[in-house]
Amino acid sequence: MTREELEQIAASARGEQTAGRHEVNVCVAAGCLALHSDALKNALEKEAMGASASCRVRGTGCLGLCSAGPLVAVEPGGVLYRGVKAEDAAAIVGSLGGAPVARLQCSREQAFFQRQVRIVTENLGKLDPEKIEEYIAAEGYGALVHALTEMTPAAVVQEISRSGLRGRGGAGYPTGLKWGTVAKTGSSVKYVICNADEGDPGAFMDRSVLESDPQRVLEGMVIAGYAVGATRGYIYVRAEYPLALQRLGTALREARRLGFLGNNICGTTFSFDIELRIGGGAFVCGEETALIASIEGRRGTPRPRPPYPAQLGLWGLPTLINNVETFASVAPILRRGADWYAALGTKKSKGTKVFALTGRVKNTGLIEVPMGITLREIIFEIGGGVPEGRKFKAVQTGGPSGGCIPAQFLDSPVDYESLSQLGSIMGSGGMIVMDDSSCMVNVARFFMEFCMAESCGKCIPCRAGTAQMHELLTRICAGRATHKDLEILIALCDMVGATSLCGLGQTAPNPVLSTLRYFKNEYVEHIETRHCRAGICEIAAAEVRA
Amino acid sequence: MSVHTAQPPLPSDDKRWRIVNGTMRRHGYARHALIETLHTVQETFGYLDRDSLKFVAASLRVPLSQAYGVATFYHFFSLKPPGRHTCLVCMGTACYIKGGTQLLARAQQILRVKPGETTADGAASLLSVRCLGSCSMAPVVIFDGEMAGEARAEQVQVRLERWLAHDA
Repeated sequence: MTREELEQIAASARGEQTAGRHEVNVCVAAGCLALHSDALKNALEKEAMGASASCRVRGTGCLGLCSAGPLVAVEPGGVLYRGVKAEDAAAIVGSLGGAPVARLQCSREQAFFQRQVRIVTENLGKLDPEKIEEYIAAEGYGALVHALTEMTPAAVVQEISRSGLRGRGGAGYPTGLKWGTVAKTGSSVKYVICNADEGDPGAFMDRSVLESDPQRVLEGMVIAGYAVGATRGYIYVRAEYPLALQRLGTALREARRLGFLGNNICGTTFSFDIELRIGGGAFVCGEETALIASIEGRRGTPRPRPPYPAQLGLWGLPTLINNVETFASVAPILRRGADWYAALGTKKSKGTKVFALTGRVKNTGLIEVPMGITLREIIFEIGGGVPEGRKFKAVQTGGPSGGCIPAQFLDSPVDYESLSQLGSIMGSGGMIVMDDSSCMVNVARFFMEFCMAESCGKCIPCRAGTAQMHELLTRICAGRATHKDLEILIALCDMVGATSLCGLGQTAPNPVLSTLRYFKNEYVEHIETRHCRAGICEIAAAEVRA
Repeated sequence: MSVHTAQPPLPSDDKRWRIVNGTMRRHGYARHALIETLHTVQETFGYLDRDSLKFVAASLRVPLSQAYGVATFYHFFSLKPPGRHTCLVCMGTACYIKGGTQLLARAQQILRVKPGETTADGAASLLSVRCLGSCSMAPVVIFDGEMAGEARAEQVQVRLERWLAHDA
């Protein structure tokens, strides 16, 4: 594949796109699909066949505003429709070339769309995820051809380093530094792994990207393989994401067909291929050494680091592991330059971050925002605030490893350092809004139950500590605890965090610590007055028994 | 990969074992294909029983203890046959915030089983899952593979009672 051939494919795909005068794009990502957008697509196709205006109906990826699904976008014109049913197909097709169907229209002028900066999600909802040609028409694989034919591997690593990109899986390790470490190892066999085991509850960023624009992730992986000198890659995807698995399977076949995977990619001496691995539903496999064990066909238990996978990874060989969103950021950085990317965001956190905005907020869905945006802007402008006139209480970021941030810090910027100062973490991108109907002690207990059940059992602090903490939190929730129990809980937080083997145990106390920091009064209320202000905990029943 | 000689006999003349063998062959009977193969068994037979674990372990030359260890470590694998119907309640954070706990409690009350169990007559299995990533529609329940968003306890009750009545 040369640049000329790539341009030919792009030109012919673009020609096809303009051949039908109107494009009716139906979101067929999981959110809208569950609302039967497949039936809607069929209905639209049927209408389109008999329509006077020439048009083409396509199934595309996530359009973002999942709470208003099923969504349909019409091009040209950029008209967006919300809550579309199969019965509405005739009205939409009939309106092509004329005035849009007002009763279904969803404004793109609202803050939800206007405040976003889309890089990783730039193609979401704009292309058919099963057609590689459409990805190429959207400048896809241009970065790979450029890197392979005009850049040395070292130059690629340097470009990624200069961009300031940090690991989007949550920990925020500088991506360029990681790539450089793997590149410098002398081994002739190395691996690249894409961590798509999106285990944080309340997070679906990776899933949306994989379902809507899988080629972008593959391109990032091949570029990474070239940069670090690897010849083989693995994508480790959760079994809970059947649609993502299916689309990745198609994407891999298509990429091989056009020679972006396989031997002598783009006529160079570089060869690289990618294999798909299905996870087994174990949260701990998001930890890189546990993930490697799982790819090797073993129980997903972590091992102490160092040595890091960069030196000693899959089958004992140097391995680069990055998250889906990190790989998805690579191609745009090479295409538009490190300086462009580094100009976005804050001093230490560059670029954009994708979040899954959910919970007690009006607009739920997938958003991409520049680093440094405030929590208030995300929740109250993009998210439209808390519905039903209720009061905002806290926002949870970072899943079971993160924390709850209360209202007084809503004006804090969203970047790695600020969030960890507040006792939470950036995490992979789940952002769950809570209102006054949530009990913070109960929330802490919810996450501890999660960590207890997902602890792999290899190290004692995590295996026994999370179970003890869960028991203590259960006791507090039930109004059966004393101040002594609270003291033990705090001591256990310290011990488990300091002595656990891997990130799961080390961060398991975070939800407890952050709720204790900002909502200690609720713990005290449960203990002293046996009162749950949210009315969630089953104290009432205990009081009746007493 | 390695030349494979002593292949264990198929556990039965069920044609589905050929599908399982196909997965192992595709991976050259490599030991690291254990999880992939168990996925195929579960997909084909619905669960992992003793015979299948023994067969896969022998075919891939991994100790039976390792095969059993893997099968019990990962939540996705089940060692018991599923019921005729399956009710899957999402317990992700967004679902929890919006009342998923109450849905699970109602399902437990109707089916009189705990999550991960099947009713004695084999009519229905109750499962809970960590997060389906459909957080925008929380709380989410999946009835026999069909997703119900913004689910309510009454809806769960009606559906489950219908299953029990039809299968009685």
